Amino acid sequence: MEKQLLRITVNSQGYELYINPKALLVEVLRDHLNLSGTKRGCESASCGLCTVLLNGMAVKSCSILALQAEGAEIITVEGLAEGSLLHPIQKAFLDHGAFQCGFCTSGMLMSAKAFLDENQNPTMEEIREGIHGNLCRCTGYRSILRAISAAAEDIGRGR
Amino acid sequence: MKYTVLNTPVHNLDGMAKVTGRATYTFDIKLPNMLYGKILRSPHPHAKILNIDTSKAERVMGVEAVVTGKDTLGVKQGTWRRYPDLCDEEILARKKVRYIGEPVAAVAAVNEDTAEEALNLIEVDYEPLPAVFNPMEAIKEGAPQIHEGAERNINVTRHMEWGDVEEGFKKSDYIREDWFKCSSQAHVSMETHCAVADFTPDGKLTVWTSAQSPYFIQVLLSWVLGLKESNVRVISRYVGGAFGGKVELDSAQFCSSLLSMKLCKPVKVVLTREEEFTATRRRTPMVYYLKTGVKKDGTFMAKECRVFTDGGAYTAFGATALYLTGFFQSFPYKWPSYRYDGYRVYTNTIPSSAMRGFGAPQATFAGETQIDLIAGDLGISPIEVRRKNGMTPNYEIPGQATIQSCGLRQCLDRIEEWIKSRGETPPNRGIGTASYGFMSGGIFNWFDTPYAFSSAIIKVNVDGKVDLFIGAHDLGQGSNTTLAMICAEELGVHTEDIRIHTGDTDICPVDLGAWGSRQTLMSGNAVKMAASEVKRQLLEFATAKLGPNVIYDLDIKDRWVHIVARPDKRISYFEVLKDAIRAKNGQPIMGRGYYTPHRKGMISPAYSFGVQAVEVEVDPETGKISLINVVTAHDCGQVINPLGVKGQLEGAIAMAAGYGFTEDLPMENGNILNPNLVDYKLLRATEIPEIEIIEIDTYEPEGPFGAKEAGEGLTNPTAAALANAVFNAVGVSIKELPITPEKVLKALKEKSQKKTELR
Repeated sequence: MEKQLLRITVNSQGYELYINPKALLVEVLRDHLNLSGTKRGCESASCGLCTVLLNGMAVKSCSILALQAEGAEIITVEGLAEGSLLHPIQKAFLDHGAFQCGFCTSGMLMSAKAFLDENQNPTMEEIREGIHGNLCRCTGYRSILRAISAAAEDIGRGR
Repeated sequence: MKYTVLNTPVHNLDGMAKVTGRATYTFDIKLPNMLYGKILRSPHPHAKILNIDTSKAERVMGVEAVVTGKDTLGVKQGTWRRYPDLCDEEILARKKVRYIGEPVAAVAAVNEDTAEEALNLIEVDYEPLPAVFNPMEAIKEGAPQIHEGAERNINVTRHMEWGDVEEGFKKSDYIREDWFKCSSQAHVSMETHCAVADFTPDGKLTVWTSAQSPYFIQVLLSWVLGLKESNVRVISRYVGGAFGGKVELDSAQFCSSLLSMKLCKPVKVVLTREEEFTATRRRTPMVYYLKTGVKKDGTFMAKECRVFTDGGAYTAFGATALYLTGFFQSFPYKWPSYRYDGYRVYTNTIPSSAMRGFGAPQATFAGETQIDLIAGDLGISPIEVRRKNGMTPNYEIPGQATIQSCGLRQCLDRIEEWIKSRGETPPNRGIGTASYGFMSGGIFNWFDTPYAFSSAIIKVNVDGKVDLFIGAHDLGQGSNTTLAMICAEELGVHTEDIRIHTGDTDICPVDLGAWGSRQTLMSGNAVKMAASEVKRQLLEFATAKLGPNVIYDLDIKDRWVHIVARPDKRISYFEVLKDAIRAKNGQPIMGRGYYTPHRKGMISPAYSFGVQAVEVEVDPETGKISLINVVTAHDCGQVINPLGVKGQLEGAIAMAAGYGFTEDLPMENGNILNPNLVDYKLLRATEIPEIEIIEIDTYEPEGPFGAKEAGEGLTNPTAAALANAVFNAVGVSIKELPITPEKVLKALKEKSQKKTELR
């Protein structure tokens, strides 16, 4: 199949790539750009491990073709921190032990970021809804809910 | 005792790597010149293999190698090296397949799509055989024979007995018999099984893999591939979840290795989510018969227990589940007489094996549900029955085990208080309780290791940094952090002074790995001993320097070496260290530690205890169950990292509640019907209840600083407490897991019919 040009910005860096038009966004991120922080855990778009931000919206990067992201701005887990300065959500995940094996963490962080960017004063119920699409087998989610809630407060203080 | 490190919440040592996406899992590894492997699996539950033709597959452009059973040594392997009869599984089936999903061949190609295409071109001639899918059918005379020599498909039997059971029943005022059915469960690690194997022309094999025990995988690979143990290096840095599912040799590991050995190129195999569900391992389903005799006042007199487990096609780790379910059926009570007979039966299904709790969640579901029923029959409070019969410290189970620390009483008291504080529950709401216990590592050595169960090596550098080398393995449960804290406490430094080296069999001393809730106690003891050895050396130099009266002794705390009786008389740990290294001709200070349990009975050196209360609401129209609250009082001895314990507990509740009412692996003729994350229902964030933890303080003499397990035991009580809560909410007892809305509705219907008939 003839390769097609994809222009995309990932973590503030512009790329021009020739890709298989059937390639999924997650494949381009992991295989072409070596951004292996984004994980995959299913073939049914149901685990949320591959969640990234596309123009600020949380999307499961296994559920869209990379070409559908033409011209878009993508942020992955690698783009959350600024240099050595962690994003408040990352810091809160550390403080609250909101991960164990860590395999769902990247997707969880990105869902949380998209959600907190939209809703700065979320209730616990809204936070639960915000990560409904992300599975975690280790933590039972409670520590993740605490972390996101704490991050919301932290971000609120910074505003 | 005042600790400077322990019992303070500590960030997970691997946290920074995990929240920044830097943690490199096996799933992420790419090597130069690497190929991708895919595995061909049996579509039949039971069939003879007549012929395999790989020629068409080999001709596909981009395919570099195809392997079948002919390329193997034909070894029947398993973790039972002391019991060759139980090693019953070939890595690639040569003559016969016994379940849908059994590996038959593997392909290495330039990419996954090409490998997949080639799989479709491998022609396997099968002669289907009659198959059997249910242990109660498979054990019958005349059922299809799955393994030669296994009469009536019985794989393993277990008998356990103490006291006079017949006499116990005779003296009982009330006897109750019940049957229970415990379902299966998938581990659903977020990282599927995967491996990258790299065999080099000098005969050395390196395998990166997602595993619970790098040592087990090293030994098993060396066995099935005919390599020297030391020529196999297993590296397992970050593991994306395991829960018992990654403790045995798996198809990603041996297929990537076989292909790499054939090609002398690195080969990566990652299982799909569907393969993960249909072709790895699962929790052991059990059919449980319980007969229990009690006095009128609720005193336990006798218990007889018979269990038939659905073993699936191979022994796997399942023989241990059979043993442990029998032992933990007696927990956590003082049974004057007890008899257990367990039968593990082969069926033509995916092998059942270890999963978090390892037979104990099944035991707890059956046992604790029945205790509530008995308490109801006798009109006594279920908590009172548990208190009356519960284990107490220093209790001996005849011929089996000695319980040292035990905080069960306090757990019961605290849970009773909580239930009282809730007051009267509204209609269709109910609270149920269950007690449990679990082992802190097993004493069994069927793997036949000549090494100590756990080992640790410490090297201290001149700037104070402590390198801790351990074979224990962190799967996300936080053992690296726990062990670093134990090391820091013993040595008198800070947790951030410890640098852990783990997950590499070339570098780390042997440890049996992360299963059976063994690492806090066993690896912890090894680490403490190594740290103590380092401290002893440092104190020799410090004593010379401080020159105290010989009646005084020294210790290190918070990076200060001081006279214990006069803490103000002190010198810096860093100063002492510099002197010590100089005095040792410039060698780093080193310490070694090890641990193997001796004279601690048959099962474990120490046991955790707990009581859990679950509050549910049941919708009588739909049968839907909602979790409202889960409160757990538990005794894990001295808490090392409170943040870690909390995470273990909350995570266990989600997994165990899933076992109780949402997760299941329904099958049709050996085919799993829901092998994906849409139809297999894990709890999501919106379904998680409020969770409260009550820590009960005890000190376990056998554990490092008094610590015990806090990982698997927490999975035991939830299904039982949930069943009891449903009973208290709507008056129906469901004896078959999972407790689905259909089962609740059916039981409610039957109940109302009975009522009508009575009228």
